[in-house]
Amino acid sequence: MTETERIEAAAERIAAQGMSAPVPGRDPVNQAMVNNWTEALGDDNPVYTDRRFAELSVHRGLVAPPAMAQVWTMRGLHGTRADDDPLGAMMAVLDEEGFTSVVATNSTQHYHRYLRPGEHVAASTRLEDVTGPKCTALGEGWFVTTRTTWSAGAEVVAEMTFRVLKFRPSARAAAPEGARIIDAPEYADGVLRPVISRDTEFFWQGTKVGELRIQRWGETLRHPPGPVDPGGDLDAKPDYVVARGTGTVYSYVVHHHPKVPGKRLPFVVALVELDEGVRVLGELIDADPADVHIGLPVRAVFLRVDDELTLPAWEVAT
Amino acid sequence: MTNVEIGTTLPPMTIHATPTFVISTALATRDFQDVHHDRDAAVARGSKDIFLNILTDNGLVQRFVTDWTGPEALVRSIDISLGVPCYANDTLTFTGTVTERVTIGGEQRFVIEVTGKGSLGDHVRGTVHIALPEVTL
Repeated sequence: MTETERIEAAAERIAAQGMSAPVPGRDPVNQAMVNNWTEALGDDNPVYTDRRFAELSVHRGLVAPPAMAQVWTMRGLHGTRADDDPLGAMMAVLDEEGFTSVVATNSTQHYHRYLRPGEHVAASTRLEDVTGPKCTALGEGWFVTTRTTWSAGAEVVAEMTFRVLKFRPSARAAAPEGARIIDAPEYADGVLRPVISRDTEFFWQGTKVGELRIQRWGETLRHPPGPVDPGGDLDAKPDYVVARGTGTVYSYVVHHHPKVPGKRLPFVVALVELDEGVRVLGELIDADPADVHIGLPVRAVFLRVDDELTLPAWEVAT
Repeated sequence: MTNVEIGTTLPPMTIHATPTFVISTALATRDFQDVHHDRDAAVARGSKDIFLNILTDNGLVQRFVTDWTGPEALVRSIDISLGVPCYANDTLTFTGTVTERVTIGGEQRFVIEVTGKGSLGDHVRGTVHIALPEVTL
């Protein structure tokens, strides 16, 4: 079996187990934990903490913040997962395959009613979906979606769909401190200036501050940036991630002729596959064309032409 | 809150995510993952610094909405997706708009779209459903 087949088979097996047995929270809903939460988050809504106010409010008494639903059943510092916990089982499978890091990406919570101090809730979870492998800004990974139900006695009080990305940390370290921005006024005369549109403005704003910004639609990275979600969702809006700026040469050309104003021939233009998975074009500076090859590790530098324009470029990673 | 209309924008909320804020909110949500309180561990795992946990994002989105509605709005659902991390010492600015009025289970609710933006870009985007009961005070 391939890695993907093993993961998919395990996901199917774990999903088939259905809901885990309910695991009660360590403590009932209580005022001390509510106070800690409202104090840390700076939430001064008096229905959570001011008994007199709460009694006269629509709640007719103190209630816990709905957004604390998950807090009541967190495992805590030394908690262990139940044997039938589907998220734990799926995490173990992905750890085994080398997807050792985890980050939460989505949480959808529905609150059927407010909880009051003294109520004791328990959580049951089932595995809903495992999707991958996906190329993400953090590295290659799998999205794992679980569904949790909180109950007080037999009554369901809240529900959640929770998604995490379980990923293989990139071999390279996080963004190098202070990307290199090189003054390159000699480019100013001959350079072809990009047409900067609303769709690409963020990219060119990024290069000015030494950031290689990559457009993101939901979980999908896209470069060059475009106006529409690659998945066809006309309501989707993009944001961006800042790439680490490291990657390898995917393809390149050595330019010998004709002359280009402000540049010494020959020079190298490389299509670089970033660690994040997208490909970005730029000049590979300070490189002997004879040493350039596909797979060569490079990192981003930024050529500051003038106040309006900073170009992304590459240098050989050392 | 009698005159909520579609298109109403919420007053922005600014959160200074100091290391103290990141750590105290992680612990207040009973999240003891080292990436939320131990900088060395966070860096070893490929992060720039410790970062805000998702349970806190959920709470901040709720606070942002109820700071505006007043204390008696009923929060019915919070749907968030995370973008770029919010590392310690970043500042988040939450903005939001009332986008829709829906009726669910006979209850009239307002839909509020929320974005929390940091220096690296959008950190969290969310949708909150609230019901606004007649205030009896």
